[in-house]
Parts: sequence; C-alpha cells; structure tokens
Amino acid sequence: MNMKRYFKDARADLLTYAGVIIAFLVISALKSNGMLNRSQTGLLVPICCYIVMAVSLNLTVGILGDLSLGHAGFMSVGAFSGVITAMGLMNVIPSAPMRLALAMVVGALCAAIVGFLVGIPVLRLNGDYLAIVTLAFGEIIKELITCLIVGVDSKGLHVIFNVNGSKTANDLTLLDGGRIIIKGAQGATGTKTIATFTAGFILIMITLVIVQNLVRSRHGRAIMAVRDNRIAADSVGIPVTKYKMMAFVTSASLAGAAGALFGLNYSNLAAAKFDFNTSILVLVFVVLGGLGNIWGSIIATVILYILPEALRGFSTYRMLIYAIVLIVVMLTTNNPILKNYFASLRSKFGKSREKEASAS
Amino acid sequence: MSESKKRRAGLESVSPVVPVQTTYYVPERDVDKSPILQCINLGISFGGLKAVEDFNLTLGRTEIAGLIGPNGAGKTTIFNLLTKVYQPTHGTILLDGRDTANMTTAQVNRAGIARTFQNIRLFHNQTVADNVLIGLHNEMDYGMLGGILRLPGYWRAEKIARNRAMEYLALFHLDQHADELAGSLPYGAQRRLEIARALATNPSLLLLDEPAAGMNPSETAELMENIVKIRDTFHIAILLIEHDMSLVMNICEGIAVLNFGRLIAKGNAEAIRNDPTVVEAYLGRKGAKE
Ligand SMILES: Nc1ncnc2c1ncn2[C@@H]1O[C@H](COP(=O)(O)OP(=O)(O)O)[C@@H](O)[C@H]1O
Ligand SMILES: [Mg+2]
Repeated sequence: MNMKRYFKDARADLLTYAGVIIAFLVISALKSNGMLNRSQTGLLVPICCYIVMAVSLNLTVGILGDLSLGHAGFMSVGAFSGVITAMGLMNVIPSAPMRLALAMVVGALCAAIVGFLVGIPVLRLNGDYLAIVTLAFGEIIKELITCLIVGVDSKGLHVIFNVNGSKTANDLTLLDGGRIIIKGAQGATGTKTIATFTAGFILIMITLVIVQNLVRSRHGRAIMAVRDNRIAADSVGIPVTKYKMMAFVTSASLAGAAGALFGLNYSNLAAAKFDFNTSILVLVFVVLGGLGNIWGSIIATVILYILPEALRGFSTYRMLIYAIVLIVVMLTTNNPILKNYFASLRSKFGKSREKEASAS
Repeated sequence: MSESKKRRAGLESVSPVVPVQTTYYVPERDVDKSPILQCINLGISFGGLKAVEDFNLTLGRTEIAGLIGPNGAGKTTIFNLLTKVYQPTHGTILLDGRDTANMTTAQVNRAGIARTFQNIRLFHNQTVADNVLIGLHNEMDYGMLGGILRLPGYWRAEKIARNRAMEYLALFHLDQHADELAGSLPYGAQRRLEIARALATNPSLLLLDEPAAGMNPSETAELMENIVKIRDTFHIAILLIEHDMSLVMNICEGIAVLNFGRLIAKGNAEAIRNDPTVVEAYLGRKGAKE
C-alpha cells in the first residue's frame, strides 16, 4: 500500500541514474569511434557542469522553494578555488585526475562556506526580497573575484587582493619558475585543462545521489515541508532556518564542484563569465525542466545548451530567446485557467492508471 | 489543607514559580500530578488592541478542556501564544513546569505541544503518508549523511516511521488514502489528517482549533469519540476551541469562556451552562431561546 508508493519513487530515481549512465556510455562510444567533431566534444564537459548546476539549483528553487538568482556566484567560487588548488598543487600531485578530484572537493567546500555566509542574511528574507538579495550577492562575489591576483612559486601561494586596481601580476614577486594563476579581471590564465567528460559524468552521478536521496530522507521531507507551509512545518517541530540552510548550502557546494570542473576545462576564464546571465540561464533550465523535477532539469539543460550552439548564427539572440521563453513559461504555468486544465489532465491520467493498477 | 486537597476543592493551585489564584477544576485523577500547562496572567497586544489579557489556565495531564467564546474573542491568539507563533507581551507559560519564554515554535513542539489550525495547514502537495512522516521528523534519528548514503540507520528509522505513520492514519481511517495527495482529501478528512500529523510529533498537550468546523453531524460525532479515544490511548491533555456546543459540553471536563480577550468564566459544563455572564455574552439569544 504505502510501500507501493515507496517503490514508485525508488523506480523514478533508478530510471534517472539509468538514463544518465546510458547517455554516458553512448556518447563515450561515439567519441572513441571518432563520430563526434571537435566542437561537439568541446560541449561535453560544460554540459555536465550545467546539468550539475541545474540539478543543484533545483534543490534551492524547486525543493526548498526559494528563488535564487545568484547561483553562478557559487559556481565561480568553486571555479577559481578549484583552479588555484589544481594549479597550486601541480608539482605536488602529478596525477591529473587526483588534482581534478581534489579541486572539485575544494571548490565544493569553498562554495559551501560562501553559501553559508550568504545564507545567514538571505534566508531571513522571503520571495522577491530573497531573489533580489541573492542576485546582489552573486554580483558581489563576481566583483570580489575580479580583484584577485594569485600566483604560485616554490615558496607557496601568493595572493594579492587588488581593490583599487593599482596592482598587477608583477606585484606578486614570484620567484623564477613561478606561475601566475589568476590575473584580476582577466581571470584564470594559462590553466592546465584537466577536466574530463568522465569526471563530469561522475560528478553528475554524485549530484543525483545527493539530491535524490536527500529528497527521500527526513531532511528532504523537512525541506519540502518548509516550502509548502512554513508555519505548519514549525508547528511539527521542524527548525525552519536550519533546513533552509541545509538545502541552500548543499546546493551551493554542488555548484562549487561544478564550477571547479568548469574552471579546469578552459585555459583562460574570466570571472565575468559567472554573471547574472549565467544564473538566469541555469534558472531557465530549472524552470523549463519543472520545479522539483530532477530528470526534467537534466533534459532541459541538454536541449537548451545544445540548441543555441547548433544554431550558431542565431547565438546573438540567445539571451533574448531565453528571456522570451522564460516569460512565456512563467505566464503559462501561472495562468490559473491553464493550471487547472493541466491539473485536471493529470488527475484524470493518474486516476485511470490507479484503477488499472488496482484491477490487475 | 494539603495542596492536593486545596486543588481538589478547586480553591487554588500553586505553581512552582508564581502562586496563582484559579478556580479551574482539574479532573480528579490529575489532581495529585503536576499540571501539564499553566498560563499565568498571559497577555498580548497588537498595537493598541489587547487581544488577550490576564489569561490564567491550568490543565491536568489527561484532561480534555474546551476554550470557547464568540468570534474574535482571542481563542486562536491564545493557541498562537502557547505555540510561540506570537510572543506574549505579558505573563508566563509553564509547560510541564518549564517556562517556554525562550523557546521557538519548533522547540515548543519538541517540548510537548502539538496543534492543528483553524484554517487547515496541511502540506497539500505531499501525500497523506508523507504529511504524517513529516510529523514524525523528530522521532527519527539518522543524520543528513546517513540519509544521503542510506546507511543502515536510515532504513531502520524509515521502516519504523512508515509503520507508525500507517498506525496513526488507521486511527483516523485514513490508511486507505495514504498515497493520495493531502490536498485532494475531502474537508473532514483533511481535518483528521491534521490531527494525525500533530499526534505523530508525540505531544503531551494537543491543541485543536475548531476541529469540527465544516464537518457534518456524523463526522462530528465520530470526531468526538476520537478525541476521547486519543486521550485514553496516548494519555495526553487536549485543549480544544470549538463552536459546536454539543461537542464541548459532552467531552470537555473543564471549559474556559473568553470574551474580548478576557476570561469571563471557567468551570465544568454544568457550571458554564448556568453561568449568567456566559449565557449573556456568548450563548446569548441562542441560550435564551433554548
Ligand atoms: N497578528 C495579528 N495582528 C493584529 N491583530 C490580530 C492578530 N491576530 C489576531 N488579532 C486580533 O485579535 C483578536 C482575536 O482574534 P482571534 O484570536 O483570531 O479570535 P478567535 O477567538 O475568533 O479565534 C481579533 O480582533 C483579531 O483581529
Ligand atoms: Mg479562531
């Protein structure tokens, strides 16, 4: 009875894993047989990163129910802390996969810390105010990272925080053989690209395990209870702030790991890449895929990421198209007439299926 | 005169912190035990409006008590004070002898008060079973990592919780609907589910805000039986707000009457029915007609 529902949930989760694994195997086979061209293989790692971004943002927006417009900020924290880790330890850890893994862990941790700090003021707010403040924090993080100048030499890491723009990489006074890792507004330069599609696949799988299992645990139920009825959640002994923070920090740390992978996929990467547009882009993936729908986020990301690349000629209008699509989706999903229509459709299908099940 | 004799005589009860004068009748069987709840000069004002003033109440451990009064009298506000949705501007709440002044709503629940709401507050988009499982949140003990990695503790706690959830649902004849969305239940069933969810938090005091509102007479009769059954099964105190006088007069051992934020009478059903102030202020013309 009750267990039936339980297995239905478990099956949905397993199908998501299976879908991702099959996609990975198929693409890997195509790749090794030389059936993908350079520009196509170049999309693989970023798609993995954006899938993780979308699934993790879905945790905040869909499952916690708080509209966050600063998700790219956490990605950038992960990207640059990951790049610093991987480049800084180049001589210490010769194995690239090891460095990549460590960079993703460090990226996740740094983003989690920033997520916690941002969450303290932000999670006191609700609705529009929360959205606006996350947007502001996303931009602040971007600006702060633009001020960073980082290098490494045999004596260790050198960091300058270039607030007034008067310093350059020369002020790091690196010893011979030292390397500049981040050059202020230019961002990370000369990064050794060690990101791989396999790492992206593993990160997606880890993200899915974390998000899906969290949702089906007492903590996930508490998070959704807070979303659905804060006062009722409070009344059954659920500490609202704690669970908001849990969702927000988990979401940020996954974005950080995705950021680290993303950062190590490009030899040059500026902080400006992680701006408001990127946050919105990921939000579009989440909204189109369906709030709280993990598989939907994955599909929406893949389609919406590939589409503009396929229509390269139109790519100037990409953001315009996204904006229009977002508006249309928002309008239709919030339209009471359409909403009722979809609800009635769903209940019809749900009921007939239920009948079949009980008859058999 | 011993303290218990004094209380039995209904003269006064002595709280551990502040001595209070009260004429409230604690049921005979609870007299020798410390009260589960004491409100001492409780009050709150919204701006200039004194929504509740000088509210004093003592509840026995297994008592079913009623809080009645006209609309806007401040009954729901008292529930919100007890559960710390509002901070009292005056007075003290002692739950099982503990001052709740510094507790949050969630902490008050863990300390022993569970409630339902006048305007039903279910998790509408979640299943009936999940609503009760959310109520069982603090009865489970695995950590976040245990849940994500699905360690043995996760499976153990989830299995026990699911079985318990079904037991609570069965108590209210909701087990057949366990997998349906809470929002799709009929009104009366939603009210019952809210009680089941509240009970799942393992309270020692259950607050019911107009549990019979919107129910038909047969549902109300069943609810009445259920309330008594809950008390007898779980040995907890129940304080309910209700407009249905037959329900209140039949099952409440003590009744407090509120008007314009002030207590105007306390006593058993008999005393309340015959209290002229109550008849005038609350039962009013209806009482006169009868
Ligand atoms: N949050 C609030 N802010 C201002 N006034 C309030 C608030 N909550 C309740 N009140 C007022 O307190 C009075 C009592 O309300 P309530 O406790 O809901 O009455 P009832 O006895 O019908 O449950 C009403 O006049 C109401 O307007
Ligand atoms: Mg009320």
